[in-house]
Amino acid sequence: MTDAMSIKWFWFASPQTFYPLAGWVARASGILAALLAAAGLYVGFFVAPTDATQGEAYRIIFIHVPAAWMSMFLYVVMAFWAAIGLAFNTRLSGMMARALAPTGALFTFLALWTGSLWGRPTWGAWWVWDARLTSELILLFLYLGFMALQAAIDDPRRGDRAGAVLAIVGVVNIPIIYYSVQWWNTLHQGASVSLTRSPTMAAQMVAGMLLMALAFWMYSIAVSLARVRRIIEERGEAGT
Amino acid sequence: MSQFFAMGGYAVYVWGAYGVTAACLALEVFFVLKRKRETKA
Repeated sequence: MTDAMSIKWFWFASPQTFYPLAGWVARASGILAALLAAAGLYVGFFVAPTDATQGEAYRIIFIHVPAAWMSMFLYVVMAFWAAIGLAFNTRLSGMMARALAPTGALFTFLALWTGSLWGRPTWGAWWVWDARLTSELILLFLYLGFMALQAAIDDPRRGDRAGAVLAIVGVVNIPIIYYSVQWWNTLHQGASVSLTRSPTMAAQMVAGMLLMALAFWMYSIAVSLARVRRIIEERGEAGT
Repeated sequence: MSQFFAMGGYAVYVWGAYGVTAACLALEVFFVLKRKRETKA
């Protein structure tokens, strides 16, 4: 590898160069999130038909499934940056992990909250100690533990490293959540949408769900990049 | 219109889910923007 290539590779690993880029991407993602959410809500409430067995209650799916996806995906991204930070000692990686945690925790809470409001009319219970629900609750505690641990350590770089170890160990929970509906006999239904086979629900329902998932995705990018900019500023690395 | 908001009898569950989600996302945006002002001040 030439010197020029290695310089390019680490160019945005520097907080000073990443700071303006993050601001631009955050604004663009925020606008996209609003547009996608408007489209997703329109499809979800006015285009998708009423479900034959669940009536209108099923419309919770348009936020429940995207929130649950984001809760798991954001954890993997957070642990990825934490691991990069540990391996290469890059300052920005730890800041990214810190910036993703509150958004991940929020989506985990929303997955549990919307699931509870969906479970009551369809299962007859707000909460059951089912494998899927329990492992998702553990995910919430992992996020909160990560944030509490980092908040408890005054030296930001030491906090980054301590949090990184916790985040990496916690990754083991992600496949447990994902495969829980297959490994255990659970009340929670299996996946209705997967990459390997065609969806088991109406096309308009799938469209609404995917639009909302993209909206949450863009929202997460916008809000976590805005937050990483605050962290860069607070550590005095924003440059001028 | 009122039929739409009634959600076939599931209004509490559907709007409870959407309302709290919207409120949480709005609050997160508010706090990130507030943090910005405090940092710059």
